Amino acid sequence: MTKKSIKILLIDDEEEFANTLAERLELRGYETRTAACGEDGLDLLSKERFDIAVLDLMMPGMNGLDTLRRIKSDAPDMPVVLLTGHGSTREGMEGMRLGAFDYLMKPLDIKDLTQKILSAVAVSDGVKK
Amino acid sequence: MFKNFRISSFLDRIYNSRKGSAEYYIVLRRIIITTMMILTTLPLGIMIIINHFQYRNHLRNELIAPIITMANKTKHSFELLLEARLSTVRFIATAYTYEELKDSQNIKRILSSLKNEFGGFVDLGLIGSNGILESYAGPYPLLGKNYADQTAFQETLIKGKYISNVFLGHRKFPHIVVAVQHLNDDGQTWILRATIDTDQFDNLIHSMGLDSKSDAFLVDNQGVLQTNSKLYGNTLETCPFKIPSNRFESHIFETEAPDGQNVLIASAGFSAANYTLVLVKPRSVVLQSWYALKTELFVVFVIGFSLILLTIIQITNSLVRRLKESDEKREKVMDELQHSQKLSSIGRLAAGVAHEINNPLAIINEKAGLVNDLLDYSEPFSNQAKFKLLVSSILQSVDRCRTITHRLLGFAKRIDVKIEPMDANVVVKEVLGFLEREALYRKIDIRLKLFEQLNTIDSDKGQIQQVLLNLLTNAFAAVADGGVIRIETENFRVSGVRITVSDNGTGIPDDIIKHIFDPFFSTKKEKGTGLGLSISYGIIDKLGGTINVFSKVGQGSDFVITLPKNPEHSPEDDHDQEEHQDTAD
Repeated sequence: MTKKSIKILLIDDEEEFANTLAERLELRGYETRTAACGEDGLDLLSKERFDIAVLDLMMPGMNGLDTLRRIKSDAPDMPVVLLTGHGSTREGMEGMRLGAFDYLMKPLDIKDLTQKILSAVAVSDGVKK
Repeated sequence: MFKNFRISSFLDRIYNSRKGSAEYYIVLRRIIITTMMILTTLPLGIMIIINHFQYRNHLRNELIAPIITMANKTKHSFELLLEARLSTVRFIATAYTYEELKDSQNIKRILSSLKNEFGGFVDLGLIGSNGILESYAGPYPLLGKNYADQTAFQETLIKGKYISNVFLGHRKFPHIVVAVQHLNDDGQTWILRATIDTDQFDNLIHSMGLDSKSDAFLVDNQGVLQTNSKLYGNTLETCPFKIPSNRFESHIFETEAPDGQNVLIASAGFSAANYTLVLVKPRSVVLQSWYALKTELFVVFVIGFSLILLTIIQITNSLVRRLKESDEKREKVMDELQHSQKLSSIGRLAAGVAHEINNPLAIINEKAGLVNDLLDYSEPFSNQAKFKLLVSSILQSVDRCRTITHRLLGFAKRIDVKIEPMDANVVVKEVLGFLEREALYRKIDIRLKLFEQLNTIDSDKGQIQQVLLNLLTNAFAAVADGGVIRIETENFRVSGVRITVSDNGTGIPDDIIKHIFDPFFSTKKEKGTGLGLSISYGIIDKLGGTINVFSKVGQGSDFVITLPKNPEHSPEDDHDQEEHQDTAD
């Protein structure tokens, strides 16, 4: 699978962050959609098919872990990479226990993110095959 | 009451004082000992003093009564003796007529039979109403002597009888004179006079059975000795004591003898004569049993006092020691509590600040990243290189900020410890669950050797997870794809646990291994915060365990964690980590 065909769902309440990150990912050839909250993200997910979701754990309303649970029940095969503003690994671990592929701490390095995305998609493709 | 109040306020002062210096405990000890001594020995002392006086009075009465009795009894014997002699003389005066007595042959015969029957009679004389000695039997040439002017003669005429004081006779033997008046039916009056030696007196005194330090004697009402005294002079010498001369009465009093000794004197006045019987006993002899009792009382008091003192000192010492220990313990706990509260509030503040800063920082990071991206993709333009430099500088600064916020969050993270029973094997498996995908993806061989009867320890599961995750993340970074990571658990000492994470990765050079647990020391350059291992070290240290590393370049590294049954309460010091150094073997 090439970069071109990877479609990312980016769920983050911080719109400035989400939009900018989306633009950067677009520049790198990923197709990216953003959602400002968990509900929006799940809406999008129900309408479209994504290769991977990038999910912020710290969100008002439906929080990251709840969203993750819903995503995992709606689209169990889709890998999820978590973003956390916390320095704590605890929430990240909790997320991984719920089935997330990996987690990254904000502010993040775009190279780390793309690397994780590629790994996650590769693993999920491998599992699917 | 007042004392108690003072003590309690003093105790409060001590107790509330955080200065708790050694001096305070010395003063406290002294005050407790003093108070307890007063409270215990005061009643004891009062009791002993009261007993002392009661016993003394009681014993004195007990001891003195016999002395008076003895004096009175002896006096009575004397009186009986004198009365007997008087009766004898009176009997003779009654039995014989004046004429018969006037006959010198008769009177001599009477004297001789008196001497035979009664003893002690020296002479016998008949005095007419005119005071002339008309007939006499005895050793002295007294016949014809006129007694008319003598008080003795007058007294005999008035009272009908007379007992003289002692005088020294011709042969320097002490004598007394006994005289009776006789009035016959014709109205004729005459006096029969007899001289008696006082050997009988001495016999009576001997019969009292006095001890060697005691003395008894007769004195007349002028204080002249009438018998020989063992200690205070011979007959007719003056008695050194002032004796109350009241007749019929007995007295007892204490005085000082010429030799300075305190003596007890019992006196009994005669009713029939001007004599007083004096019994002198040294106080020490009389009160011997009292002194013995007093000594016993004193010994009991001293022993009791010593025991009380000893007990009080022992009790107080242990009390004060325990107080001190508990104060110290409390102070330590307070300090720890304060310290951890301080750390906790700093941690919360730090976490809050870090979190608030983190989001804008992420935005800056993305914006600058986008600028950087756009610069990369745009056509060349003037100052493009400079823009690139500026953006990269912004990104570097963001990176620095990120390091700081992560450090702050990491710090906050380490504050709250949640201790619960923990099975290290379960924790290892859980942590591995997070890494399975990466292991699978990178074909890393994870070999577990988990000891089945592993001790269950009390520790912070979440923190141990974080440590293991840190170690495993490092191990993953160290090994090449297809490498081997071993995780081993076993019991450590009696109740502890040892977890070893080994890899066959690159290994750690000696110069780096020294700093491996230092905060912000990282070999991953911009990728790591340099906090993973220092936080791990801090966590394990706080949980009372140890973490050690053994590594050889090219062969891999072993990280060994030991954890105790319980985290020991050692004050956590964040800077401990910096002092820590581990050496490879």
